Order: sequence, then structure tokens, then C-alpha cells
Amino acid sequence: MIRPASALLAAAMLIAPLERVFAQATPPPEAVVIGLTYDPGTKPGVLVLRVPGATGDSIRAILQNDFDNGDRINVVAKDGGGFPDTPTGGRNGNYQLYAQLGALAIVQATPTASGLHVAVHNVAQAKVARVMDFPLDGEPNSREWRRSLHAISDELELWISGVRGIAATRIAYVQGARNGRLYVIDSDGAFPTPIGNESGVMSPNWHPKGTHVAYAVIGSRGCCQVYVADLASATSRQLAVGAGLNSTPVFAPDGAVIVYTHGEEDGTDLFATTAFDRGPTRRITVGRGTDNTTPAFSPDGRKLAFTSGRLGRPEIYISDADGTNPELLTSYNFGDQNYRANPDWSPDGRLIAFQSILPGGQFQLNTISLRDRSVKQLTSEGSNEDASWAPDSRHLIFSSTRTGTKQLFVIDSESGRWRQLTRNGGVRLPAWSPPLKR
Amino acid sequence: MHRVTRAIALSAVATVALAGCRRKPEPAPAPVQTTPVSNPAPTPTPPACDAACEEAKRREAEEARRRAADAARSSLTATIYFDYDRSDITDDARAKLDAKVPVLTQNTGIRIRIAGHTDSRGSDEYNLALGQRRAVAAKRYLTDRGIDAGRIEIVSFGEERPTCTDEADSCWGRNRRDEFEITVGEITAVQTANSVR
Repeated sequence: MIRPASALLAAAMLIAPLERVFAQATPPPEAVVIGLTYDPGTKPGVLVLRVPGATGDSIRAILQNDFDNGDRINVVAKDGGGFPDTPTGGRNGNYQLYAQLGALAIVQATPTASGLHVAVHNVAQAKVARVMDFPLDGEPNSREWRRSLHAISDELELWISGVRGIAATRIAYVQGARNGRLYVIDSDGAFPTPIGNESGVMSPNWHPKGTHVAYAVIGSRGCCQVYVADLASATSRQLAVGAGLNSTPVFAPDGAVIVYTHGEEDGTDLFATTAFDRGPTRRITVGRGTDNTTPAFSPDGRKLAFTSGRLGRPEIYISDADGTNPELLTSYNFGDQNYRANPDWSPDGRLIAFQSILPGGQFQLNTISLRDRSVKQLTSEGSNEDASWAPDSRHLIFSSTRTGTKQLFVIDSESGRWRQLTRNGGVRLPAWSPPLKR
Repeated sequence: MHRVTRAIALSAVATVALAGCRRKPEPAPAPVQTTPVSNPAPTPTPPACDAACEEAKRREAEEARRRAADAARSSLTATIYFDYDRSDITDDARAKLDAKVPVLTQNTGIRIRIAGHTDSRGSDEYNLALGQRRAVAAKRYLTDRGIDAGRIEIVSFGEERPTCTDEADSCWGRNRRDEFEITVGEITAVQTANSVR
């Protein structure tokens, strides 16, 4: 399906200066920018025309796959064939034929010297709705090149559905059930890549700009120390915090502060410190000997969700970012045997995902609404843990045993549709990156 | 095998010296019975046991001490177990901890590390904290009985270092534990009698 690089195109790309044409001044409004009229409850049909050139098949396959993964677009005639390759021609063009295939919009992409020229057609109006030239970085089919295409997919998804896609993102995770290593993988499952060479890595978390990953390392002397890896330079630095247990680091939305779990003899509590200089540490939770761990910031940075065993069983709490006003979020009745843990706050601030287990059962993922505290169960097969939201506040990455060994899966929290991302056993603790390219 | 047979064969032939040496000072069937009883000091006996025998005695004493030290060491490093999602000291764990107290009291040069572990259920990250709480519970039990807190280091491994990996009750129970390791010092003083209970 994916063809080898065209030497000619590659050479042309090396010579041509890459223009950042699509980082235009004003982004399209939060609405359907190409004027499609369709029922918001259904996914608009989109036809991606065959793309000319040696890399055309790769380009088309990546765009279609990204649209499909985004769950907001119904890709029609995915396998190609049986339709004209260009909308022009005939009396009214070929729009009627496209409409018969169920397409409301046509994506017409043409490789250029510096990247990709894209025209999106509105089928009903039988005209071009929007045109743009996008750069493509790197050699064809390289990681950079694919990520440039993912960024194009995300932009086109915004034009067509009103919501930016999540293809140009990556997922950090731990490869290995014990003594695991830090890995990063593209959102479509391409390029699983080890970061650093430490073993015993746990709990990776992304810097809000996607430049760094914080994580904990469990060594032969027990759990854990916190590190911050700089992805560009592939170097890591240990966070200067107290001796004892230090785990589950998370960046505050401002990127300057890290909140982490610190355990000593008087219990395990949340603490905060500066992420990039040796600032002071300050205590957040006061658990009085109980376990308080797995912090997650609200997107505005003003609140924290975390797991606490202060009532006996682990439950989800929220508090102000400084630890004041702690409040039980998940329902608790006296004698409740449920075990709820690992909150992750959706980027739009509306939902908190968590995992829940009843005695004798397996972990299932749930979301709880911060507006009315209604709970929705997302999974039912296998044991499902460690949910992390995608930037679209709709998809979640998580680990699951549903196909046997522990693997990473992506679920659409609205439709329940899921796909398997990894295929090597013993994969866990995923964290979805912020948008990495646009 | 071979060794054992030979030992039996030798003891059957039983030269006097050897027998005297093997089995403790039986009155020593003296080689010089004919002499009158005027000589009070049973001088001939020690020479018969002398070098090899003394060595054997010493070895035996050493062996006994080693066995006692081993017993003390296994008391001190005996693993204790916990109930699901709990860090309370169970009755069984209490007996094992009580046996550690005299060993620590008598061997003040010894330092230990308590490592808390959990079973594979529960969240990987929460289990790190639970393991910590289990290590703290055992440490507190010992310090409450007079052991200096500075001699006890605590760590947690959560569910990251299981002793078994079956998803079954029997295995989970074995993984919910505190392990005890001597980090500094040797067991020198041993008192076997009342270290139990």
C-alpha cells in the first residue's frame, strides 16, 4: 500500500524552501467552514480522490486512515476505483457521481514541489470550498513526513467537521510488564520508538507543549525517582525532590510546575515542585497516613483530581490546585466495595475518566460528568486501565487485556468504537500527547 | 552417598581415638588399663582427642552457633503477608514480627530494609503507595517495640516484583507481602531459647 519514496520528489523537496502556508493568521471558526449541510448526528461522507504521483497511494491511505480514526468523518469508497479522479469534466463536473457514492465533500490532493496542494469540494454546491498548500517535511514515508500529513488530516477534519483531528499526536507508554522502557508511538500506531535507555519506567506524562515527558523510574532499591526527558535532545534529568517514594509526575497546564506523589513514613501525598529548575517543593494533600496519588490537572490548572484511600478504599477526589477544598467526586456509600482510581481530566474540562473495579471483577473505564456527576461506563471486555484523553476530549488511550496480553487501545467515548494500537505484549500506562503539529 | 557409606564403615571399625572424637567424651576406653589407679589425672584421654578432636569440637560449636545465627537470620528476614488492599498487621504477621524484635535488639549493628509489595490487582500506580504503606506498617510495629527507627529503611515495589504471576488467589496472597533484608551488619549475638513467641 505504501510505496517507496520518489527520489525525484525527495530531491525537489530538499531544494524547495518549505513554506509554512497553513499557519495562517486566523484559524477557521468553530463551525463547518466549507458549508456542508448535514445532520450533526451523522458523520459526513467524504471521498478522498486518488492522489497522483509516486507517493500518492501512501498519501491517500494516510489521510483516509486519519479521517477514519477521528470518528467524525465517514470515508466513502475507501478502496478507490469506480469513480472519476477529478471533479471537473462533464456538464456539471462529476459531482453527481460523487453524491451517488454518499460523499458530501471531496478531498483532492496533489503533490507539489514543496508539499501538498489540497482542494476540498462541496459536492452539493458543485464547487471548490477551500484550497490550501501544505508543506510536507522529511523524506516520503519518514516519521516527519507522515506527521506533516497527519497535521493536514487534522486541519481538513476541522474544515469538514468543525473539530480539529487528533492524528498529529503521539502516545507515550511503558513497554514491558516489569522493568519496562519508555516508548513513544504515533497516534496511528506507526513508529513505536524507545526514548532513553532506562528500565523500570512508569507513569509517563506529557509537557503541555509536547516537548518533554516526565516519568518515574523504579529501581533495585524500590519506587521511584522522577525524571524529565527532553524529546528533542533525548536527554533526561532527575527531578530534585526528597528521598523516598516519588512517582506519577504530571505537568501543570502552564508547563512550569510538576505535581507528583511523594511517600514517606507519614503516608503518601501529592507535592508540587518546579519542572525545570531546582525550586522548592510544597505539599498539596494532607492524607494523614493514607495513600494519595495519580494527580490530574483540570485544563485551566485550577483544580486537581487524584486517587485517595482516605475512606479506606481508593476513590477519586478533586481539590483546588493547592490541595484545599478536597471533595469526594465518585459516589461512596457506607460499605461500598468499589475501587476507583487513576483519574484523567478531559481537555475540555467536562469529564473525568477513571477506572473502577468491583471485588472479583476487572477494571472498567468510566467517565464522570463534572456538571451532574453522571457516570458512563465505556468498556466491558477484559481489564481496562490507565485512560488518557486525546486532545479532542472524545477519544481515550488505555491498556486492556481484551485480546489476551496487555495492549494499548483507542476508544471513541461517544460511539464506543475501538481500535488496537500496539501488538507487542506487556504494554501499559499510556499518555496521549497534546497536538504536536499544526 | 559415597561419603556416608564410608563414614559408616569407619565407625564400624572404630579405632578408639576416632570413636572418642566422634561421640563426645565417653569415659574413653583407655589404651593403658594395666597401670595402677594412682594417677588421678586422666592424662591419656586428652591426647587421644587432641588436635583433630579439638578441631571437631570447635567446629561443632561453630556449627551450632551458625545454625542459631541462621535461625535468627531467617526469623529476621521472614516475609510477612497482608490481606487484599490492606496494610494491617495480621495475627500471623504479628508472630513473625515479634520473632524479629529480639534479633534486632541483640544485634545492634544490624540495619534492615523492609520492602512492601502488592498483588497484581489494583492500579499499578496506587499499588506503589499501598506497598509503601505496608512497609511503614511493619516498621512502625518494630519501632513501637523499641527498635531504633534509623536502623530500618523502607521501600515499595508495588506490584512490580511479584514472586508468582498466576492470576489466582494462591498467588495473589503470596505477593501481598513485606520482605526483610539485612543491609548492614552480621548476626553475632544469638539467643535461640525465647526468640519464639
